[in-house]
Amino acid sequence: MEAIIKDIGFIIGTTLMYSTPLIFTSLGGVITERSGVVNIGLEGMMFFGAFVGAAVAYYSHSPWLGFVCAGLGGALLGLIHAIACVSFAAEQIVSGIAINFLGSGLGLFLSRLFFDGATQTLTIPKKIPLPISFLFGEGKLFKSSGFMDLVFNRFATVYLAFFLVAVVWFVLYKTKIGMRVQAVGEHPEAADTLGISVYRIRYGAVMTSGFFAGLGGAAMSIAVVSRFSNTLISGHGFIALAAMIFGKWKPQGAMLACLLFGGAKGVEIYLGAKGFPVPSSLLAMLPYVLTIIVLVGVVGKTTPPAAIGRIFDKSGK
Amino acid sequence: MNLNGEALKSKFLNGSLGLTLISIALGFLLGAIILLVAGFNPLEAYWVILKGIFSRSKYVSYVIIYATPLIITGLSVAFAMRTGLFNIGAEGQYIIGAIMAAAAGYFFKLPLILHVTVAVGLAIIAAAVWGGLAGYIKARFGVHEVISTIMLNWVALYLSNFVVTLKAFGSQGTGKTYAIQSTARINLLSDWKISEAGIEFIRSHKILGDVLKTPINIGFVFAILLAVLVWYILNKTTLGYELRAVGFNPHAAEAGGINVKKSMVISMLFSGGLAGAAGAFQVLGVSHRIAKLAAMEGYGFDGIAVSLIGNNTGAGSVFAGLLFGALKYGGSKIQDAMQAPTEVINIMIGTIILFVAMPKLIRLILTILERRAKNGWKQS
Repeated sequence: MEAIIKDIGFIIGTTLMYSTPLIFTSLGGVITERSGVVNIGLEGMMFFGAFVGAAVAYYSHSPWLGFVCAGLGGALLGLIHAIACVSFAAEQIVSGIAINFLGSGLGLFLSRLFFDGATQTLTIPKKIPLPISFLFGEGKLFKSSGFMDLVFNRFATVYLAFFLVAVVWFVLYKTKIGMRVQAVGEHPEAADTLGISVYRIRYGAVMTSGFFAGLGGAAMSIAVVSRFSNTLISGHGFIALAAMIFGKWKPQGAMLACLLFGGAKGVEIYLGAKGFPVPSSLLAMLPYVLTIIVLVGVVGKTTPPAAIGRIFDKSGK
Repeated sequence: MNLNGEALKSKFLNGSLGLTLISIALGFLLGAIILLVAGFNPLEAYWVILKGIFSRSKYVSYVIIYATPLIITGLSVAFAMRTGLFNIGAEGQYIIGAIMAAAAGYFFKLPLILHVTVAVGLAIIAAAVWGGLAGYIKARFGVHEVISTIMLNWVALYLSNFVVTLKAFGSQGTGKTYAIQSTARINLLSDWKISEAGIEFIRSHKILGDVLKTPINIGFVFAILLAVLVWYILNKTTLGYELRAVGFNPHAAEAGGINVKKSMVISMLFSGGLAGAAGAFQVLGVSHRIAKLAAMEGYGFDGIAVSLIGNNTGAGSVFAGLLFGALKYGGSKIQDAMQAPTEVINIMIGTIILFVAMPKLIRLILTILERRAKNGWKQS
């Protein structure tokens, strides 16, 4: 019995850990798309954030500084996306694809410069801390490797991700600025008539999404693992994008979808560790098959913000 | 005469070709600036790349080999794009094509031309179904093709990784399948190359021998034929007209009596089939087997770039695919030659796409430059 409870704790814990990078990035997706700007460049922003986070954490010995810089790196790519989409009426999906090439290109270019020609960083000296161990001491509050320890003794980024879900929910639905973001995403012309600066809101939203995606990348490179490598992100940004659509453009929905993907990963790792006789690749496939089935059967038609992808031109052209 | 020049210029700038060429130039410019900031001589780097593409027939052959799958996945993305669908799933459809080609190439025992035809045909059918599935669930259930194809990419990747572990198909523990039969290969003169006469020929003929040292294959010829086919279907047939009408304005197309839902499925069937062909030619011509994938290989994603730079047309995809292939192959040379990161190529590709997306910006820059030039001329 105790063994089963421990196993469940292990699965829940790994689920939380692997969901975290997705939640950060997915929240970023919610913010930008609610303002009416598609951001398919989340993958590139996450990739770049993963590199910047690990590189800064390596050289500064401070994982937190790395974490914040990763966000700023993502926001920089967000700025490029915003300039293209908001100011210069770029096709948003095309610009997003460009961001993906720029993000991976810049990340690897800098990696080769700062890490002796390698496409991965060296192992960082200090990972993001585990708050429970940090506050109460190793194994003091919960018994080491017990259920509570396995579930709750996780990286600070895990706690932060869930906290940010609440923050984004609150800001989006309960504050003036959130209402404005929604108004701009649903009907920019009307918002403009009411004196809301569509351009400014969209710049803010796109850059925030970049910041969040950068954090998501760093949550991978300096918490889940302890270095950046060129295959670390490979597609997680796209999964986060899908999670956001799956979650119907809502922060809480996106979080649940990310937990589904993280959960499948948790089960996969658990069964792999137990030597379960089902091939791991078939297990790994499950969440993606499940997502399609759920979208087809239960969720049905997903409705994006009304003005999504539409170019807004104040001059009325 | 002057008027004529003006008209030509405005045609060049308002047409997509001119904007694309300017975007490419800006991509090279930004690449140079980044190399310069990082402490490398950009002229030297570009010279190394240029030499790495053209200085030996072997290099040119490799560029063509690199470009072949990119051209075809580019055509795949372009085809869907013209119907207003964003096929981010070319990656997965490519993988499905590769699996089918590797399986048909290994398990079937058939004569030469028939074997290739069957392998490519099955790969195209399987990948068309894979792509068509995304089109169908969009038409029937309203699920956006971007999310469904992202999911299908991962399913394809893990399916491929599952298949390579099957006992009948792959040598255990190596993470690779057995090589396809020689009858299924599309390489040029592969048997003759290792015969005595062939070895002698390669030694004595510098240029052609050099080419024969590479896995040169007829995939490129098929890529060109497919580009012509895509152009023909889209521009010269009723079906193509309907598909483009849906892409241009689905509501108007619907009102005009075109079945929009059916068009979506058909478009994704074609798009998937093309990506599958890319995977098939890569297996039959270059890799001869499939192996466990640690991550997405990127042929489908690169195809998106090719399609965008090529303005979503058949001919455009061929040129953009060759450009991308050349930069990818030639760009890899600056790493060894001068320790300059080869990823500057990705940055350049990203920049080109970014500028392609912003015709408004390019026109603005040109107007400013023109005004400056005129004013300067008046003052002097």
